[in-house]
Parts: sequence; C-alpha cells; structure tokens
Amino acid sequence: MSVLVLVEHEAGALRDATLAAVTAAAKLGAVHALVAGDGEARTVAEATAGVAGVEKVLLAADPAYAHGLPENVAPLAAQLMAGYDAFVAPATTTGKNIAPRVAALLDVMQLSEVIGIEGERTFVRPIYAGNAIATVESSDPKLVLTVRGTAFDKAAAEGGSAPIEEVAGPGDAGLSSFVALEASKSERPELTSAGIVVSGGRALKDAATFEQLIVPLADKLGAAVGASRAAVDAGYISNDYQVGQTGKIVAPALYIAVGISGAIQHLAGMKDSKLIVAINKDPDAPIFQVADIGLVADLFEAVPELTSKL
Amino acid sequence: MKILVPVKRVIDYNVRPRVKTDGSGVDLANVKMSMNPFDEIAVEEAIRLREKGAASEIVAVSIGPAKAGETLRTALAMGADRAILVETDDAVEPLAVAKILKAVFDEEQPGLVVMGKQAIDDDSNQTGQMLAALTGRPQGTFASKVEVEGNSVTVTREVDGGLETVKLGLPAIVTTDLRLNEPRYASLPNIMKAKSKPLATKTPADYGIDVSPRLKVLKVAEPPVRQAGIKVGSVDELVAKLKALGAVA
Repeated sequence: MSVLVLVEHEAGALRDATLAAVTAAAKLGAVHALVAGDGEARTVAEATAGVAGVEKVLLAADPAYAHGLPENVAPLAAQLMAGYDAFVAPATTTGKNIAPRVAALLDVMQLSEVIGIEGERTFVRPIYAGNAIATVESSDPKLVLTVRGTAFDKAAAEGGSAPIEEVAGPGDAGLSSFVALEASKSERPELTSAGIVVSGGRALKDAATFEQLIVPLADKLGAAVGASRAAVDAGYISNDYQVGQTGKIVAPALYIAVGISGAIQHLAGMKDSKLIVAINKDPDAPIFQVADIGLVADLFEAVPELTSKL
Repeated sequence: MKILVPVKRVIDYNVRPRVKTDGSGVDLANVKMSMNPFDEIAVEEAIRLREKGAASEIVAVSIGPAKAGETLRTALAMGADRAILVETDDAVEPLAVAKILKAVFDEEQPGLVVMGKQAIDDDSNQTGQMLAALTGRPQGTFASKVEVEGNSVTVTREVDGGLETVKLGLPAIVTTDLRLNEPRYASLPNIMKAKSKPLATKTPADYGIDVSPRLKVLKVAEPPVRQAGIKVGSVDELVAKLKALGAVA
C-alpha cells in the first residue's frame, strides 16, 4: 500500500504530530509526505526528508497553500491521491480541518482519531468521548484517516534522506483568505499538550478563590490550568479551560483534580491521564474511582499546603 | 439571508454510555437523548445572527429516526422558523449525511450553514467539512466568533495553540466550537409555539441518496478500566508519593 501523509508545519518547522502520523502510516505501507505551503515550505520539505521512514517528499510551494487553507489544500491532496491508497493526517485542528474535505472529494468515509491499526483496512478509534472503543473496517477503495498523536510513537526526526519532488496543484480556489493568527500568549503550557494539568471544580466557590488556589499550584508545577464544566458554568473561569466531553480531551503524565466530583462529562476528558491525583472533601466522590492517589481533605487547606511543599 | 442549521439527536451528554454485552454497539434503549451540544450552539448562533439582522430565516434539518423530530421541535422552540426531518432508521455515516445536506442545500439555497463541529456519539468531526467539499464552498471550522458582512463571513477559529481568523465568501459552512456562545433555554410559551411551526418530513430516497455504510463496525468494547488507586492521609504523604513516582521534581 502507498500512503500520503499530510505534513503539519508552523513557522517553517515540522510539528510533532506529523511524526506520530508517519509512524502510523508506516504500518500501512510506503510513506510519502506532502508539504504544502508558501516560501517556508522548502525548509519544511528539507526537514521532512530527514524523518525516518519517509521515502519521498512532495513539495507544493504556492502562496495559495500558505496557512493551510482547506479550500486550497484539499483539492491538491485529492489530486495527488490518484497515485496513493491512503491519506493520513495528524488529528490536530489542521488535520481535522483538511482530511474530511479530502475524503469527501474522493467519495470515501474518513476514519477519525485512529488509535490503533489492526490490519490494512481495520482500525481502532474511540467513540462517545472514549467511553467506548470501536474496531471498524473500511470497504472504501481508498483510505483517509486522522491519527491521534498520543497513540503512536514519534518517528525519528533525523536519519532519513528522502528525495524531494516538486508538485503543483489547482492553486487558489478563490473561496477563502487568511486574516490573522493570534497565538496563545499564556506563560503556561497549552492544555491539550501539557505534561501536567491542575484542574479545579465547583468546590472552589468563586473565580477569586479559583485564581488564588489553582493558579499558584499550576505555576509551581509548570502545569496547564483546567476546569470542570461545573466550574465553567459557575463562571469561575472561561470555557476554553474546560476539560471534558464537550471541552478539551487531555492525557497528561500527571492530572491533579481539585474539588472535582468526577461527573461522566469530566471523566471522559481526562481518564487517559497517566497518573491521576484527586483532592476532594467527599470520600464518596466518583473521582476517587479513577484516581491513582486520592486525598480526602478540605481543599482550602490542602491546596496551599501542597503548593508550599512541592 | 437564510441559515441552514443541521442538528443531530444523540445520547444526552450527562448519561454514561454503556457498551452492549454482545459488543455490537452502545445501548441506547431507554436512554435520555438530547440535541448534540455543539448543534445547540449552532442553533443559538443562527438565532443571534437573525436578531442582529444578518439573517431572515432559520431552517433546522435533522437526519435520523422519527424521534429526531423532537430534536427539531427543540430547535424550533429555541427560535428556528421551520424544520425538515429526513427520516431513516439506518445508521447514517457522515459522508451520507453530507450528501443529504448537500441536496437540502441545493434546494434551500441558504447563505450560511451553521452546524456543530462534531456529534458526541461517533465523534467523527467530518460532516461540515464534507458538506463544504461537496458544495464547493468554503468552511470555517471550530468557530469561536462569526461575523457576517455583506457577502462574506469572518470566522475566528479555535486552533491548537491559538485563534485563527479567516474570511470566507458566502455561502459558507461554519462549524461551532464550545466558546462561540451559551445556548438559551426554550421558554414554555416558545415550546408551545414550536408545536405549530412547519416541519416537513422527507426520506433519503426523496433526494436520491444512497446511505449504505462504507465502514463496518466489527466490535465495540469498553475502554480499559481504570482501577481506583490508593488514598493518602495527608498532604505530606501525597508529596512523598508523587516524588517516589517521579511525577514531580
């Protein structure tokens, strides 16, 4: 099987999620990588050529492909797919934006957020926010998948020496234009990729207390801040911090849940974390059923003490 | 301008999905069902655009069993003007849904389609992008802000690590993310009023769409179960444990 991998890049650098996608793609067959972009694409293509497992790099350099506009990139990918059996993109916001558009142009069903590859046409993916795991088989002539980065090892970024071939596509579809990118300026790591997450729940009482207790602990650990839906609904913090089924899905090495009871909604967003610590006054809170380490305590005393002792 | 809002009936987000013992899927018998939360945000956004004068009519559409009519009544109670139910008891995959929506799009000629970025049952996150591809129109996915101006729409998108703004020519497809708005509750008078709003019923065959699945579900399993761990008695014990596990420095 021949596989085309969509390379995700930013400011001339390859994004890590691409490396996991290469590993997943290599399980299916020979990997070629598509770098679509403007002037910076050449640098990205050179970096991609060095990724272990990549056999050829297709470089499409055109102002139309800057910023990864799906209206322009999807027709390019769909055209190139004439020569491939599968299209693999990382399940990032970029991959999720482009891949389904490619799938529709090819008239195939996409397999989203693949976490396991069991055969050439058989894939494992979470449904119901990870509350069930489905094994599905595709009957389509070509495959389109997005793969979850945390489920596959990253391919080595160096060691390869693939040739680079320039390709051209339909160019600007004239449907859309890029206006601006406002990068998050937080000093703290981004929630979905942070190694440690400290989350607060409704028991924090109000926005000021949330800020006084959760933020210093997160800062001490170099952690991202999260919140339960109850805390967001109560207005303690804005909803982009929400961890859960309808919020962000996280899987850090350490997840500290403070004053979170553990509603299904919330558990769906964090139960794949490697180590879960729960601090809650109620010994019967459901969060303790998934926590590796539980501390039954008054958070107003325990959290400042924890912050000072770490 | 007309806005088309596709909505899906799904398991309520507060219900814990249970995998059937035969591994064929998730048990939906006697389970509370609701409108997909992201679709509620889509209905709300359409209503706000109409309130601002950017839209004149909101048409809600759902593809699913007869009971999906209830979900459409919810959209009508929130403020949609009329509804279309494309009735089928088959499980319809995103590609087939996008094809049906394309047929509705061609018939209704909306200026904008606003829909949820994903349904919380199959978590596919595909239908909006596929509809955009099939109609040959631009897409603004994972929207946290939508502004219509003349014959274009400016969409601020939630992307990994930031916010991206794109400008799209109309008609366009917008998919909603969590931050876009907080959906209103339908008031009792509006729920009563919704009962008399027009709801047309169609079938996929009326649009000439083949909904046969491309994917075969071989099995559905419970995720690996997490065992409850230990309880510690004090903060000192917790800190010692975390250090012993190498979780903190």
